[in-house]
Amino acid sequence: MKKIIEKYGIYLGFIAILIAFTILSPYFLKVKNFSNIIVQSSIIAIIAIGSTIVILTGGIELSVGSTVAFCSLFSALLIVKAGIYLPVAIILSLLAACLVGFVNGFIISYGRVPAFITTLGTMSIIRGVALAVNKGQPIANMPNTYQMIANYELFGVIPIFIVYIIVAYVLAYFFLKYTKAGRYIYAIGGNRDAARLSGIRVKNYEVLAYTICGLVAGIGGILLTARLDYATPLAGMGYELDVIAATVIGGTSLSGGTGNIWGTLLGALIMVTLRNGLTLLNVQAYYQQIIIGSVIIVAVFLDKVKTAK
Amino acid sequence: MEGDTIILQMKGIDKYFPGVHALDNVDFELKKGEVHVLIGENGAGKSTLMKILSGAYSLAKGDILIDGKKVVFEHPHDALENGISVIYQETNLNPYTTVYENVFLGREYKAGPFFIDRLKAIKETEVLINKIGIEFSPKALVKDLGMAQQQLVEIIKALSIKSRIIVFDEPTSTLSDKETQKLFSLIRELKEQGCGIVYISHRLEELFEIGDRCTVLRNGKYVGTKNISDIAIEELISMMVGREVSETTRFESYSRSDNALSVSNLNFAPLLRNISFTLKKGEILGFAGLVGAGRTELAKCIIGDCRFDSGIIHVENEEVRFRSVHESLKAGVAYCSEDRKGEGLFLDHSVVTNITIATLTDIMKKGFIRYRNESKIGNEQIGKLSIKTSSIKTKVKNLSGGNQQKVIISRWLLTNAKIIIFDEPTRGIDVLAKDEIHKIMIELLKRGIAIIMISSELPEILKMSDRIVVMRQGEIKAIMNNKNIIQEDILHYAFGANKVDM
Repeated sequence: MKKIIEKYGIYLGFIAILIAFTILSPYFLKVKNFSNIIVQSSIIAIIAIGSTIVILTGGIELSVGSTVAFCSLFSALLIVKAGIYLPVAIILSLLAACLVGFVNGFIISYGRVPAFITTLGTMSIIRGVALAVNKGQPIANMPNTYQMIANYELFGVIPIFIVYIIVAYVLAYFFLKYTKAGRYIYAIGGNRDAARLSGIRVKNYEVLAYTICGLVAGIGGILLTARLDYATPLAGMGYELDVIAATVIGGTSLSGGTGNIWGTLLGALIMVTLRNGLTLLNVQAYYQQIIIGSVIIVAVFLDKVKTAK
Repeated sequence: MEGDTIILQMKGIDKYFPGVHALDNVDFELKKGEVHVLIGENGAGKSTLMKILSGAYSLAKGDILIDGKKVVFEHPHDALENGISVIYQETNLNPYTTVYENVFLGREYKAGPFFIDRLKAIKETEVLINKIGIEFSPKALVKDLGMAQQQLVEIIKALSIKSRIIVFDEPTSTLSDKETQKLFSLIRELKEQGCGIVYISHRLEELFEIGDRCTVLRNGKYVGTKNISDIAIEELISMMVGREVSETTRFESYSRSDNALSVSNLNFAPLLRNISFTLKKGEILGFAGLVGAGRTELAKCIIGDCRFDSGIIHVENEEVRFRSVHESLKAGVAYCSEDRKGEGLFLDHSVVTNITIATLTDIMKKGFIRYRNESKIGNEQIGKLSIKTSSIKTKVKNLSGGNQQKVIISRWLLTNAKIIIFDEPTRGIDVLAKDEIHKIMIELLKRGIAIIMISSELPEILKMSDRIVVMRQGEIKAIMNNKNIIQEDILHYAFGANKVDM
């Protein structure tokens, strides 16, 4: 019994939250509400894949929120102002997001600037770029096709975001579990020196991790733009902290080397479900902040207690 | 000698670490105005004894008497108050503050309830600086001083506390000859002033130059105390080695005639100078020497983990210069680190991932890891090396030291390396596992694999090596065939006694 709690603690926690809200609010257990939760959590959940990969290497990434805004604005600029064909514009935007991640990774691993400092710097730089490209102005009126990326519903009921989450997480799972790069990412976070002395080209794989993180932040930016039909340089504010929170609630160790991707998905769902449920219960936003902050600390504390044994 | 007043006595000192009896009933005494040398091999217990004296370790049993009165040190502070200062080879100074701040750290003069009397501290530091005749300012930043000067700052600190017992723990290992001479004249002056000096060093010639008496420790036990003037270097060495029956040499040789590896004139300032040797297929080349002789650094230069300055390395007649371990592994050279936890294991990961991490491509098919292949290889290795673990999925941190070492070794065996460098392959593991690891190494020799074995345990070196390389202070001092060699011979070179013809 004790072992089950230890191993599946976070899943049980999630189920407890679901049951609690179902009892407390008659609106909670409705299909419409659930698809809301999915849509709300999807962008954070997808970006959190990147932060999980980076954190697994023992790093940290703070510039994802800025990358979301930058990629969002860049794609809108290409489509609305430059009139570039939509798929091409999206691919270009994602490449730009990859470049942001690549530069982060390069500075961190080859330049030996601590990840916290590097990404704190690029967080500000990229936000600045996002503001500069259109002089701080938002861009609205995306073409219909862009909006369809977010608004399409499978069989008229299932939001397409569910598909995105499943695809993204299955890919991430396979990447981490079945590829060499995935295995190396765990190894680097587990013991950097041992990884190097085992013949792993540590720096290259670190750059890869940050590049992936840039890519998924870019995808987050595209999805956000499509959902809101609106690109603003102020998008994604605070996302970097939300995704780190989702990652650590999901049981990934901030020191790297241990954790898994499903935990992160659950972490993102827990955060959004809490917000959603508390809103349904008419808990004011300030109290929500307090509760979510406490959940982050308690989740990590329980994890520490578990591993301390 | 100055009236022969005994100022310090340590009697029947016992100290245990998990699994090790570090000090076993050790006695030590220090007279006023003498330099008492403490000597022994790596791990003999010298540093442990001094850490007990400085209050850094508590003692399990025994008494410390100062001026005949029993004292109990629970904290380094207590030792300081009793006039004991220890100067370690790595100084404990804060590099970003000034000399005088370091000297008076923790005992600042107060000016009023909140402020520090800097002027008084500066003045007193200056007096001491002048007293020992050196040329830096009390207001210099420690980071701007050389190693020798930093050591002088420690000495000034000891003087300002008015220490009567000063311990020097390998003070000269980072000093030049000139600086060493300066230090010695200072030590002589301290002697004159009536301080008792404990001097720990690996350099035998220094002991004869500076020491009055010497105490030898071996495996945590007290061997004896002699007057330096009455003792010959040979006798000192045999006291250190003891009369242990040395283990039998592995009699069969699998050495082949062709070279697996040759290194010529490798330099890596300041750690390695003019290193040249060859390694033959099917032989074990044992690298003996003291900790810090440069053996690990040499290994890391060979595998491309350190960028050496000059030198040529051939692997099987092909010149190589690896830029990373990735490259050296590809060329069939593997290195098994001495630092099992720091550089070897992924402690939170499973036994099997630890085994396969360097050879992932072997368990992959079409670009993906096949877990069935991995389990198969993992289970095979566990069987072959008799690794004791409940399953291949057990976290490697839950294994015993010997089994952890076998996990790492199996990682390197899987690489099919032609040359394997084992750095302290059996340190800290039990006799049985040690023997098994030795057997594995012999199996490798039969397959023509060449082995470099770095070891600080002389019996192991003598038991396993075909030939023995002795290093000292970054240089190779001797390369010997392992025939009729006894521990004393190796120690001669390792400690730098000038014994020729072998």
